[in-house]
Amino acid sequence: MAKIKLSEKKIQELKDVCKTFHNDKGELINILHKAQSLFGYLPAELQEVIAKELNVSVAHVYGVVTFYSFFTMQPKGKHPVSICLGTACYVRGSEKVLEEFKRQLNIQVGQTTADGKFSLSCLRCVGACGLAPVVLVGEKVYGRVAPDGVSDIIAEYNI
Amino acid sequence: MNRIKLIIDGKTTEVPENTTLLKAAKTVGIDIPTLCYFELKDMNIENRPGGCRVCVVEVKGRRNLAPACNTMVAEGMEVYTHNIRVLNARRTVLELILSDHPAECLTCAKSGSCELQSMAQQLGVREIPYQGEQSKYRKDTSPAIIRDVDKCIMCRRCEMMCNDVQTVGALSAVNRGFMAVVAPAFEMNLEKSPCTYCGQCVSVCPTGALTEVDHSRNVINALADPTKTVVVQTAPAVRAALGEEFGLAPGTLVTGKMVAALRRLGFDYVFDTDFAADLTIMEEGTELLDRLTRYLKGDKDVKLPILTSCCPGWVNFFEHHFPEMRDIPSTAKSPQQMFGPIAKEYFAKKLGIDRRNMIVVSIMPCLAKKYECQRDEFKVNGDPDVNFSLSTRELAHLIKASNIDFNSLSADDFDNPLGESTGAAVIFGATGGVIEAACRTAYELYTGKKLLKVDFTELRGLENVRKATLDFDGLPINIGIAHGLGNARKLLEDIRDGKSQFHAIEIMACPGGCIGGGGQPFHHGDSEIIKQRASAIYREDAGKPIRKSHENPFILELYKDFLGKPCGEKSYNLLHTHYFDKSAGVFVEE
Repeated sequence: MAKIKLSEKKIQELKDVCKTFHNDKGELINILHKAQSLFGYLPAELQEVIAKELNVSVAHVYGVVTFYSFFTMQPKGKHPVSICLGTACYVRGSEKVLEEFKRQLNIQVGQTTADGKFSLSCLRCVGACGLAPVVLVGEKVYGRVAPDGVSDIIAEYNI
Repeated sequence: MNRIKLIIDGKTTEVPENTTLLKAAKTVGIDIPTLCYFELKDMNIENRPGGCRVCVVEVKGRRNLAPACNTMVAEGMEVYTHNIRVLNARRTVLELILSDHPAECLTCAKSGSCELQSMAQQLGVREIPYQGEQSKYRKDTSPAIIRDVDKCIMCRRCEMMCNDVQTVGALSAVNRGFMAVVAPAFEMNLEKSPCTYCGQCVSVCPTGALTEVDHSRNVINALADPTKTVVVQTAPAVRAALGEEFGLAPGTLVTGKMVAALRRLGFDYVFDTDFAADLTIMEEGTELLDRLTRYLKGDKDVKLPILTSCCPGWVNFFEHHFPEMRDIPSTAKSPQQMFGPIAKEYFAKKLGIDRRNMIVVSIMPCLAKKYECQRDEFKVNGDPDVNFSLSTRELAHLIKASNIDFNSLSADDFDNPLGESTGAAVIFGATGGVIEAACRTAYELYTGKKLLKVDFTELRGLENVRKATLDFDGLPINIGIAHGLGNARKLLEDIRDGKSQFHAIEIMACPGGCIGGGGQPFHHGDSEIIKQRASAIYREDAGKPIRKSHENPFILELYKDFLGKPCGEKSYNLLHTHYFDKSAGVFVEE
């Protein structure tokens, strides 16, 4: 496991997150949610800090992180790409769109490109079924995406 | 408390509310099979995750079958524990578990004492009709414990022991579904985790997923080597449990047979760790008295309470979890590690042999001892003071493999000079024993008076944390005792927070003390066995002609002949140690 040294400032931020939840071990999942939204992912050191603050074992924190698929220990890319595989998007061919992203970025779901620019994930329904199939890049929503539109989307961020 | 009436297999019974169906059934002589369930009565240890589903029963009016270990009784319930629906479901559950279990029974270290194996026999499983993917995970070998999680059935007993009972937190269930395993954080090897090697996970594991590192072959090779003088030492708790491996009733003392068996195995000298336990009392008791007198004189630098340091699992625990308090425990080495240098620096010289030609083997109720004897500070130029540590279970295997009919052996005596011991030494094996032994000596040395009654019964028992005040001729001495690391943690937190008023505290990592150690014959959760072992230990003590360590003639001779005085320069160099901060950088590698 690679060592990524967290800065003192980041560690303090993380401790503050724990404190807003009163360092309550029952709030572990909420704290992990908050931490992941702050840091983008949950590296080992971050889990160690949380374990210490909540007075639980690191093994327990790791157990929770690996149980829920939402949590990730992989850093997200600068531009996280999410493809909706909800029913509406799926029946309108989002799987083919996903395959095209995998092919062009040369990564699997849950991975990040070597240059750190893109990461790939799937999600279920963003509430925009009228635009199916839907792709998110960061906060931006792309509707009615076809496989041959994938390269244009990637190009937008590849400058 | 409300009483609940229910019918189980046509038999009416009445039990207190919040009783499980499993326990209610026992009141009418019905023994529902269980696998993941585990209970150690009197010690608040219970595991009932309801995960394996082997204990399912039918409850009239309920749609699905109910796990008996996890379902509470209700008024008027009608329960069926062995109708056709239940029997089929139970067998299917077991067949499914077996479908993802390696069929290695012939060579598995746990074969013969495996609960999964006996359950398959009990339920009459003759084939495994389901075939599918099998879990594949790397084997993890640490200095004391082997994890082979392909054999894990996710009963979560080890997790319960490691977290709820011992509060070590080395193991947790990680990942989910088919990929789920019990592992240290970030699936690192056990050696990189805060594991204390107490071995309680091994002692409750129903299968071969967690086993000890077996050093029997190294010992056999040493015994066969004509250039080596092989010396063995046996811990106090071993003699109170070894007989169980040969079908004798729990609590049968087999000291003499054990010595005879070791002699037949070919050890050149059969010595007793109890001798070293007497030595420990001399050193630790002197240290206690020294700290106490300085404290009473108003020395502000003196640290009290003094904590015992005989238990290597406990030492590992405070090095990992309370490193800031590592100057409080006694610096005295454990009896195993006191024996080593006395054998190799004193006895070997007496024999006129080089220490490298002496092999010291220890028989221990413990797995942490395997790690302890490998610690660098217990080696001289790479040569360990104690070469190999075998568990009680491994010794039993060795005896069986050497064609020795254990039960027909007549009793033999230990060799001298390192085989003579007092009653104070033998009670090291039970929780409270070390501090009782220390008090017998400390009282007489402090007051200069003869102790009228050597039994400090107030220090005995199985309560999680015991407190007692002894009267040292007008001076009240507050003693604390904890067994099990979770209980130790409570005492340590009190000391850290300045709430503790104790002068001396004994801590043993395993529930019950060494008699319940991780290397002892499996008790399968029967706490009666631990009580019987304890009573055997106290029986051996009561029967000893000398019951105070400072009266052991061979100990006195050793000081006169070689060591000088307790806590003197030579003793300090050979018999004392120091502790490390192991809290940092455990998980994440560069």
